[in-house]
Amino acid sequence: MAKQSGFLATLGFARDPGAPVPHRKNTSASATEVMPVPATVTIAMSMHIGAPCTPCVKPKDHVDVGTVIGSSPAFMSALIHSSVSGTVKKVDSILMPNGSKTQAVVIDTDGQQTLDPSLKAPEINSKEDFLEAVKASGLVGLGGAGFPAHIKLNPATPVDILCINGAECEPYITADEHEFLENYENVIYGITQVRKYLGVEKVLIGIEGNKPGAIALMKEKTAEYDYISVVTLPARYPQGAEKVLIDQMTDRQVPPGKLPADVGTVVMNVASIGFLGGYLKDGIPLTTKRVTVDGSAITTPKNVRVLIGTPIKDIIDFCGGYKETPAKLISGGPMMGIALMTDDFPVLKQNNAFLAFNEKDAKSFEPTSCIRCGRCVDACPMNLMPTKLEDGVLFKDVEILKEYGVMNCMECGCCAFVCPANRKLVHAMKLGKMYVREAGQ
Amino acid sequence: MNNKLIVSTSPHISSPVKTRNLMLDVIIALMPALVASVIFFGPRAILIEAVSVATCVVCEYICRKIMKRENTIGDLSAVVTGLLLAFNLPSSVPIYVPIIGGGVAIVVAKQMFGGIGQNFVNPALFARIVLMNSFPTLMTTWWAAGNFGADTTATASILANIKAGAEVGYTYLDAFLGNVPGCLGETSALAILIGGIYLICRKVIKPVIPLVYIVTVFVLSAILGLDPLMQILAGGLFIGAFFMATDYVTSPLTVKGKIIYALAMGVMTTLIRRFASLPEGVSYSILLLNIIVPLIERKTVPLPFGAVKEPKKAKEESK
Ligand code: SF4
Ligand code: SF4
Repeated sequence: MAKQSGFLATLGFARDPGAPVPHRKNTSASATEVMPVPATVTIAMSMHIGAPCTPCVKPKDHVDVGTVIGSSPAFMSALIHSSVSGTVKKVDSILMPNGSKTQAVVIDTDGQQTLDPSLKAPEINSKEDFLEAVKASGLVGLGGAGFPAHIKLNPATPVDILCINGAECEPYITADEHEFLENYENVIYGITQVRKYLGVEKVLIGIEGNKPGAIALMKEKTAEYDYISVVTLPARYPQGAEKVLIDQMTDRQVPPGKLPADVGTVVMNVASIGFLGGYLKDGIPLTTKRVTVDGSAITTPKNVRVLIGTPIKDIIDFCGGYKETPAKLISGGPMMGIALMTDDFPVLKQNNAFLAFNEKDAKSFEPTSCIRCGRCVDACPMNLMPTKLEDGVLFKDVEILKEYGVMNCMECGCCAFVCPANRKLVHAMKLGKMYVREAGQ
Repeated sequence: MNNKLIVSTSPHISSPVKTRNLMLDVIIALMPALVASVIFFGPRAILIEAVSVATCVVCEYICRKIMKRENTIGDLSAVVTGLLLAFNLPSSVPIYVPIIGGGVAIVVAKQMFGGIGQNFVNPALFARIVLMNSFPTLMTTWWAAGNFGADTTATASILANIKAGAEVGYTYLDAFLGNVPGCLGETSALAILIGGIYLICRKVIKPVIPLVYIVTVFVLSAILGLDPLMQILAGGLFIGAFFMATDYVTSPLTVKGKIIYALAMGVMTTLIRRFASLPEGVSYSILLLNIIVPLIERKTVPLPFGAVKEPKKAKEESK
């Protein structure tokens, strides 16, 4: 997509990718509050892309903050640490928001939050040490994808640009904005370290123009580093989508099926780099997360620093509970987030928001016939033709689905957002990808 | 409470613009032309328009009932078709003409193909062409404009005069305001323009199709030695360009496709006006292009983001 085509797009001589989603950054001015330690935490063994971890503790074991409780010998995986001090209550199988089952360690907390005695700031003398440290930190892509960071930071091809993703284009969420405001020192320290060990030449920090405070602060604080620039991004969804962000900031287009590293870039979410900066200083692994809690059914919308594994309902209680009966609860933003069937789920590493909506806002509209208005085609940042793909899905026509490139869809939701006929286009894209995958086997 | 949470696929919010709002905007945009039709052709204009709209809505309702499908008159698209059909009729037609036309538009061109979004030609235009071929005299009997429709002497339209090599008989201003013989809604370029600009401001349509269409007719007319200004102001070009060629259902989805489509219509309209035996070519051009939209669309599918143009060719060349 990506770059705004401006005047030509207004006239209709160019596509106008993206969607005019509302911003609703209600918590923009809400400094992060630290939530008290809950009575129990449930730490899932699958909070990343790749192989789930196997629990390495058993009931009645004592654990401290930062004790490793889950690991996997697989290449694509990430360590899991206890976020609390306390006693393991049980190792159980739990249901995940996507409907799959995974193991989880349930810990009764003792409220002391004693640190594991083995924790210390990592000693780093080489790139290998650095990657080891990243691996030991349990870091995964905190922007939502959950890609293990030690793999991302060890790209197969040389990279020269590090992009820090602070676009935060989803409505409501302000957690990343507060990462800049409250943790900029660690963000910058993390940047200097990644640059050193990855050998990138340039670092671009991308922030949407609707966060002037974060932009001004980062400009001021990075002024002394000649290789860091702060880029003001257009505040248009989906600016934070990896490919869109790279295109906007570096003018490089990641081809279909390729990774950012293939065009010489690495993208890290601001929360990830901020955490990494802190970890390299103090050695405390990934055990907490800042989440935005908002939505029409929430009493007091807030940014909250929570321990990983905290039940969502405890967090909502911390925000004054529900002021209306919630009809929909979303983990993530309203454009790409997952609707949860219960607030019993625990917080995962990659969560960044919980939104609860009342009945009025949760209501979804019945689909009517596609009127071929072309809005979805105009809006798709991946240059796809969603309405054609939907036809392909209805007819289960794998050829059409492949020809029109369904696998390039990133499920950003722009097409479905703009559709005047309420077509369930993202749902269709998911099905379409499934058909293609099935046919490929 | 937990078992009552709604679980659905993302996105969880959507734009407030729905099909019905879009159609309502089109109806609002057609109002200036409706007012102009009454000013120039008198109360008979309103009668024809009302009959046409009513026929379309009733036909839509009955069709959906018979097909046992959900009712769609609420999306207002039948009202739009009814208005457009009436705007494409002369003020002189007997009342059964809009009734037959409305039936043809909704039943044959729209619902037999499955309703809104499925038809491959613009229903109002299709009906107009059927009527023109069934009632050639009725459909080309123009009453003089002005005098609130009191004058019912038959006169020739501007384009017919040009075709016949006669005096145009009207000034640019007459043609721009609409004080000329012609179909009810097409004569006033001004009224259509106001409606068109409204549609553009409301983001219902983008300027690309009308702009390319009208500019093409202007330039090509000049090249072919026709008076370009009169060619764009007279006849049905404005209503065709702003309201019929932009019909979502029957225009291409892709940007490139839209440009090609509008360009081709412009060329065809001018060629018909200049060389064919017909004085006017807007309806036929749009209808013909409607039919080849699927072809245009297939040839203009955009490359997915980041994909390079024709990698096959590049590979062969490098060999
Ligand atoms: S936006 Fe919706 S109605 Fe318009 S073409 Fe796409 S699917 Fe059809
Ligand atoms: S088709 Fe996929 S990538 Fe394109 S707008 Fe829809 S969800 Fe986004």
